[in-house]
Amino acid sequence: MMPKTFAPAHAILAVFLLFLAGGPLWLPEFHITLLNYIGLYGLVALGLVLLTGVGGLTSFGQAAFVGLGAYTTAYLTTAHGLSPWLTLVIGLGLTLVFALFLGFITLRLSGHFLPLGTIAWGISLYFLFGNLEWLGGHTGMTGIPAVAIFGLELKDGRSFFYLIWLVLLGAMLTTRNLLDSREGRAIRALKGGSVMAEAMGVNTARSKILIFTVAALYACVSGWLYAHLQRFVNPTPFSINQGVEFLFMAVIGGVGHVWGAVVGAGLITVLKQWLQDFLPELLGQSGNFEVIVFGLMMIFVLHRARNGLWPAIARFVPAPPQERHAVTTAEPLPRRQLPAAGTVLLQAEGVTKRFGGLVANKDMALTVKAGEVMALIGPNGAGKSTMFNCISGVNPPTDGHISFLGQPVAGLEARQVARLGMSRTFQHVRLLSSMTVLENVAIGAHLRGQKNYLAAGLRLERQEEARLLAEAARQIERVGLAEHMFDAAGSLALGKQRIVEIARALAADPCLLLLDEPAAGLRYLEKQALAELLGRLRSEGMGILLVEHDMDFVMGLADRVVVMEFGEKLAEGLPEEIQKNPAVLEAYLGGVE
Amino acid sequence: MDLQILLLLGQDGLTNGAIYALLALALVLVFAVTRVIFLPQGEFVAYGALTLAALQAGKLPGTVWLAVGLGVAVVLIDGGLALKSGNLKRLPRIILGNLGLPLVLLGLISGLEAEALSALALPLQILLTLGIVVPLGPLLYRLVFQPIASATPLVLLIVAVALHMTLIGLGLVFFGAEGFRTQPFSDGAVEIGPLLVQHQTLWILFASVALIALLYVLFERTIYGKALRATALNRTGARLMGISTTMAGKLSMGLAAFIGALSGVLVSPMTTLYYDSGFLIGLKGFVGAIIGGLASYPVAALGAVLVGLLESYSSFYASAFKEVIVFTLIIPVLLWRSLTSHHVEEEEE
Repeated sequence: MMPKTFAPAHAILAVFLLFLAGGPLWLPEFHITLLNYIGLYGLVALGLVLLTGVGGLTSFGQAAFVGLGAYTTAYLTTAHGLSPWLTLVIGLGLTLVFALFLGFITLRLSGHFLPLGTIAWGISLYFLFGNLEWLGGHTGMTGIPAVAIFGLELKDGRSFFYLIWLVLLGAMLTTRNLLDSREGRAIRALKGGSVMAEAMGVNTARSKILIFTVAALYACVSGWLYAHLQRFVNPTPFSINQGVEFLFMAVIGGVGHVWGAVVGAGLITVLKQWLQDFLPELLGQSGNFEVIVFGLMMIFVLHRARNGLWPAIARFVPAPPQERHAVTTAEPLPRRQLPAAGTVLLQAEGVTKRFGGLVANKDMALTVKAGEVMALIGPNGAGKSTMFNCISGVNPPTDGHISFLGQPVAGLEARQVARLGMSRTFQHVRLLSSMTVLENVAIGAHLRGQKNYLAAGLRLERQEEARLLAEAARQIERVGLAEHMFDAAGSLALGKQRIVEIARALAADPCLLLLDEPAAGLRYLEKQALAELLGRLRSEGMGILLVEHDMDFVMGLADRVVVMEFGEKLAEGLPEEIQKNPAVLEAYLGGVE
Repeated sequence: MDLQILLLLGQDGLTNGAIYALLALALVLVFAVTRVIFLPQGEFVAYGALTLAALQAGKLPGTVWLAVGLGVAVVLIDGGLALKSGNLKRLPRIILGNLGLPLVLLGLISGLEAEALSALALPLQILLTLGIVVPLGPLLYRLVFQPIASATPLVLLIVAVALHMTLIGLGLVFFGAEGFRTQPFSDGAVEIGPLLVQHQTLWILFASVALIALLYVLFERTIYGKALRATALNRTGARLMGISTTMAGKLSMGLAAFIGALSGVLVSPMTTLYYDSGFLIGLKGFVGAIIGGLASYPVAALGAVLVGLLESYSSFYASAFKEVIVFTLIIPVLLWRSLTSHHVEEEEE
């Protein structure tokens, strides 16, 4: 998309691109070599930005993926005479297989198994390269042919320069596009914990494997470029230490931004060059002492400036004004056919949930019909939120039967339940505080888009993206937060954040809405507005299951009420009946002596 | 392969496995208490071995300077904080607690002639070594991990890797690139059946079992051990009960440094160790710890022994690929864990 206004940031970018374009014409050989390496390393670091900064995962084995790309082309072009372009495809294929496998075995486990798995992978592959005779062992392989583009052979660093930087800039653009899309929001939601993302229909395991694979593919391309630039490979540049250095580049440069990768790669590469001359002289012996400096820098950055250098640099450049595109003009998304009012949407029977010896829910039963508000009330610790988690598939019940629209939902994942048309909010607000309200709400519409990450990277999904954002904007207006649409969600008051959660749930176009204490933290007028909104949804035919402590709010709104105490159903009935029920009065107010 | 070789390799594997088991226990302990995946564990092994080697060569090991330097840094930071809050009474404790031992050892070792130092009785040399290396654990915790104790495991892991790289670089500065061996605890061998078992092997097995028993007593019977277990189970709950998580962190890393340094001292008569040898040794402890899911002490220890045996037998069959085989072992383990865990685990930012 063309920027509508020309900001200083664009000018700086233009100068940088001009510098790159003209560089090989006048820069000395040494600088060209440095810039080539910065480009190669930047590509690997870019993958780590996506993986670590955006997705909250990490890998120490990226150097091994670089090695995989380099060795694949080195072996196949020298021993079998294949075209480098063909070996690039084969290398990418191999990387894909390994990354998917590693991702599959580690990413369903908790977060630290992936980095540990990648350490093992990095070490294994390094020793494998060094010990296989047909890969040249520790001495490596020579005689790798040059790459030719349209008959033009890229024989020296000066001509290779353009290829490296075109690939890097292309990858940066694609990565940025990907992050600014439906799939990108799902990836960014990973850092907020998987429960919310899964409840909005995101397959978090798939998103994690996706970014790990993309990062591995970037590394593989970097390795392919490296092999054809050097025309020689040996195992050393693919060791685990190099893998750690790539992570240093990403973290020190700024792991949250695509430019952080380039800044980090540039800084570490130049600094390393300088330190390798300076430190051995200072210490009077030879060795790789620069790791001491890098390690300390890294510790300092993670202590004091976890976002790395890029934000500090970006501060000096006024950001281009945020785009506030007219989001509501796009064609509306197709809507779900709501069941007729009175249809039973949700039926739960005999639901029991045990946590070890603790029985949080015992033999609970309730129904919700289309076009009614069902309130679930009870003292603190009665098991209401547990019941919510059982129904929405976040934490399935130990025992019992739950059906939604006549379909059993026990054993389904939260995202599958969401797909059936049930959407929820959380008692403890789960928003991504640095993302805008609009983006947060758009996560709710995740299941209403189909275009995949490839389309997102290439910007082929702009029409669908506009419709998704328009839908999100409509829901934000509906809940009365239009003036906060482009504010960071974390900057809103807690009560308003709860309303954002409702908008997010509505963006999924549900027929059953599960609201966990939506009125908590709201002021009187806001509560009235919320009650009015829920009343309107009810009259449109939506079923609403509500957990709430504010009795005025509940009794004025609910059609039916279920009271829970100690995990069991205490009473059920119309609001007036419940208010007179002696057992309920005793539970809430204590018995009369 | 005949029985003789089979037994010989088994003995080798068991010896290494015992060391890996100790390291695996330390890793599980540190992870449980601080959520840090403590990759620098291996550096304590190398530091322990090479510090002892330096002492035996009659040299002042650079690790003493590291301990003094870290101690000065902690005194400056904590002393500064105490001054700012007007809490002058804490100053002597801060200075003594962080700088006392390193300074005493520095004085002691530099006061001795090279010949006297290398002629010192082995137990004394070992004691000096432990006195130098063990304080590094709590000091590093204070400087590196305590300021970010509440960060995500991911950030802690990256910091641990950064610390590992720094310590490796410092190891090269202190000890140079060449490798060292130390004198065995006692020379000679005993015949057990068809096998000739080196005394050092027996020392290793004995020390490992003794240390594991000691850890057991520590965790089951002492108040500090119970405090560590409480912190591992529930940090907030432990803090509410008056257990300082900072103390728990320092204690766990002190134990890790002790276990690491002792492991280094134990293996250095049998293998030549270099400044960067610790990493692979520590990682093999890790593979054991991962087999135990970073949670179970006995399974981690058994896993580590398995790693030792596997390494030993694969070094016979395919010695060039023994590292590949050992590190590929975690793939079936992870695969099995992944297939048996059903729900996506929650991780908060």
